[in-house]
Amino acid sequence: MTTTEVVDMISVVIDGFEVSVPKGTLVIRAAEKLGIQIPRFCDHPLLDPVGACRQCLVDIEINGRAFPKPQASCTIPVEPGMIVKTQLTSAVAEKAQRGVMELLLVNHPLDCPVCDKGGECPLQNQAMSTGQGETRFEGTKRTFQKPINISSQVLLDRERCVLCARCTRFSAQIASDPFITLNERGALQQVGIYEKQPFESYFSGNAVQICPVGALTGASYRFRARPFDLVSTPSACEHCASGCDMRTDVRRGKTLRRLAGDDASVNEEWNCDKGRWAFKYVTALDRLSTPKIRNSDGILVEASWPEALAAAAAGLSANKSAVLVGGRATYEDAYGYSKFARIALGTNDIDFRARLSSDEEREFLAAHVVGSTTTYRDIDGADQVLLVAFEPEEESPIVFLRLNKQFRKRALKVTAIATKLSIGVEKLKGEFVKVAPGAEASALSSQSLTNKSVILVGERAAESAGLLSAVAALAQSSGAKLAWIPRRAGERGALEAGAIGNLLPGGRPVSDAAARVDIATAWSTQSLPSENGKSASEIIAAVNSGSIGALVIGGVDPLDNSDSAQTLAALDKAFVVSLEIAPSAVTERANVILPVAAVTEKSGSFLNWEGRPRTFDSAVADTHNRSDLRILSMIADEMGRSISLATVTAAAKEIASLGRWDGAKISLNKVSVATAPSLSSDQAIITSWRRLLDLGTLQQGEENLAATSRQTVAVISPKRADALGVKDGDRLTISTELGSVTLPALVEEIHDDAVWAPRNSRGSQLLSQLGVAHGAVVKVAKA
Amino acid sequence: MPDQIEPIAPREISVNDVEFAQVVQNGPKGFFDQLKGFWVTFITMFKKVNTVQYPEVKEPTAERFHGRHQLNRHEDGLEKCIGCELCAWACPADAILVEGDNNTEENRMSPGERYGKVYQINYLRCIFCGLCIEACPTRALTMTNEYELADGSRDKLIFEKADLLAPLRQGMLAPPHPMYPGMEDTNYYRGEVKGSHPSQDVQK
Repeated sequence: MTTTEVVDMISVVIDGFEVSVPKGTLVIRAAEKLGIQIPRFCDHPLLDPVGACRQCLVDIEINGRAFPKPQASCTIPVEPGMIVKTQLTSAVAEKAQRGVMELLLVNHPLDCPVCDKGGECPLQNQAMSTGQGETRFEGTKRTFQKPINISSQVLLDRERCVLCARCTRFSAQIASDPFITLNERGALQQVGIYEKQPFESYFSGNAVQICPVGALTGASYRFRARPFDLVSTPSACEHCASGCDMRTDVRRGKTLRRLAGDDASVNEEWNCDKGRWAFKYVTALDRLSTPKIRNSDGILVEASWPEALAAAAAGLSANKSAVLVGGRATYEDAYGYSKFARIALGTNDIDFRARLSSDEEREFLAAHVVGSTTTYRDIDGADQVLLVAFEPEEESPIVFLRLNKQFRKRALKVTAIATKLSIGVEKLKGEFVKVAPGAEASALSSQSLTNKSVILVGERAAESAGLLSAVAALAQSSGAKLAWIPRRAGERGALEAGAIGNLLPGGRPVSDAAARVDIATAWSTQSLPSENGKSASEIIAAVNSGSIGALVIGGVDPLDNSDSAQTLAALDKAFVVSLEIAPSAVTERANVILPVAAVTEKSGSFLNWEGRPRTFDSAVADTHNRSDLRILSMIADEMGRSISLATVTAAAKEIASLGRWDGAKISLNKVSVATAPSLSSDQAIITSWRRLLDLGTLQQGEENLAATSRQTVAVISPKRADALGVKDGDRLTISTELGSVTLPALVEEIHDDAVWAPRNSRGSQLLSQLGVAHGAVVKVAKA
Repeated sequence: MPDQIEPIAPREISVNDVEFAQVVQNGPKGFFDQLKGFWVTFITMFKKVNTVQYPEVKEPTAERFHGRHQLNRHEDGLEKCIGCELCAWACPADAILVEGDNNTEENRMSPGERYGKVYQINYLRCIFCGLCIEACPTRALTMTNEYELADGSRDKLIFEKADLLAPLRQGMLAPPHPMYPGMEDTNYYRGEVKGSHPSQDVQK
């Protein structure tokens, strides 16, 4: 909606008060504007009106002509001359509502003491406010079998259902996963799933959250607590770059559930199942609690904080050092790493991209992403959205919901340049431009975009040489808005904080002397290193060649890179200071391990893909763990080169005072597209992406959630299937010199040269099993 | 910033404006009035003494005395507590902590879906008001007449579920065990389960 749009306003009288609302507003919303609460169950502002529960009956009169019966205020839009009398002023409306409530309760079981919704239940509350104290029903209540699993994560108790159809409408309208529906009629009407298709939507948790009774409950929160036990903290989701507003409910120091927060400009009222249910890693992982140092015998032993800090400082001072910080750090922590590298270590050798990346990407980020202002609003107003190396449903689910909303509302045109047709793009009825892995750039030239179009490019674009150059050129020539959507929550923040070799905080290019002076002045230091730092892979290579001797590593999994053997060798060789929450391949090889706080235990902020700050407070108050920032500050003090960042607040203040760079940006040197490899008949080019629910570290400890993940398959084209003599479900082996994976085959829309498998799912961890994930030649054979 | 709010001027009150209530003091009574007072004392010497030589002698309390709590059982031994936390909710002293959990076929502690996994009453906080008893939907929580609740340490005064559970009476089986064959949780709540069935004795 643009601000210039003229909105017709209509005046109506509700309970004797006049209110002016835009044309098309529902009576129930107009009443809300006056502060008049009409009881309701089925009504939800983000779902289409349905008038299923009949609880919101009111008396309506238009221009002196009254409706003969009370009307459902959630389905009737306001009209000029309308006089509405709610339960507050109309005895008829009040009686009607009381009658509906009585009927709703006829078959509702007296489960309140055992029901998870008890204490925060709209039915309970409204039965108290608009129901009557005594029941007149003397018959036998209809019963159903008590909870049935409609997925491993969601339980359905049909006895409690008031048939408001919120869950079915959500699934059909918002998520486009119409896996549940209302079956049967009359008293036996019930929510049901298709016989062999469980409710395995990535967004099923929202249905649980909006259920106005306890009919849908989550398995992980089942019988865990009552609302009065919980301390709720507004928080931000740490799982992806969508930037959902969240609420974390903690009971006695333990997170019991997370709910989607309400932020109309980002996640509206929704989130994905990963954000909602994957929080047990904090307690499930075998957390580190005390610092450890490697003694002279090469064994890791527990140490006191002063000992460990002294050992870290000594090792880092004695060697030329570099910093590797994963994409999970908060904005403030990333700023801490960035400042630590420059001041304490005196180097620009820092990289937050703990994944497949390229130098082209680094230039692209500095030239086109840092400081970018493309937002969800631009998607709302776009005439066309082009997805490049980006699967919104798997990699940034709220972007998918926003695309889906616009697709449903106004048939937004979505074009996906991808190697394989995905379920998400199929649901968006998107145009699928089929390309071979590595050849994505070639398909861009045929795209005609306008300055109202939006290009969403994913982090996987770095895996195809020349693609980001082509994307930048297309954006430039068409004037389309460009947004880079990484998968991890901290990447955009780390970029803005300068946790990368070619940028200082605020998007200041290292190569620009004025930019360096800016930061040096703010940091009260004489000078800053002037050469562009090394990228992650160069840092690893430098360690292996001996020119870098020490590494500070925070939140990095070496297996996220294709040359994991190289990385592990580097970790063995270098003096490694590891800031981690749990033991990992890095801590095993570290010389000093410093335990840090998990996201729920600290405050801070993430920048989502828009660059919008998502601040959060610590949800668990009595933790002993410190943030990365605090620890880095202590090491720097120990080294005698203070970074003066004692608290998150101090860091946030300093970031704000630095502001953004308004000078010239780095320009992107065009990289040409690699020539397509020639393939023999048993060869294919591998392509893959990570699924939303997979073997990610932050999803550990939540088996119910993992059980709803999509089936692990290897996808090949019909042509290749014919050539190999493979049908759906046959076993297919993909192999490289390093190893192989064998998966059930799925014949689907995919480029004939390509074979697809999930990157990090059960039975298919391509980077560690094959050593490649995109664009490389692999062998494909029937197993 | 809103404008500075003018401070309210203090009211000036003089001591002379304040009215003090006059304490009515009756004058000295006559001799017979004094004798009447001593007569009460004198006659009490011949009445039955109320003092009990506690702890050597223990008198039963009133029938509805609010003493230590008890978590009751159904007639077959299953726990009545469903872990609903309504007692904790009702408690004005925040003395009760309950955590519920899921009954499974292998581990059934109570009829129905839910049982109380953790149940603690902190007798340092409990004020014995009995609101928890009123709140309990299954009559799982009642109060006994036991009043000897002093101890040497704070820890010992936090009673766990095992301390509060009623003993197994004749015919009861220690949970976990399945429900009485052919009975549902509603039958239990209606008091239709009168004892245990041999098939419920799964631990043998």
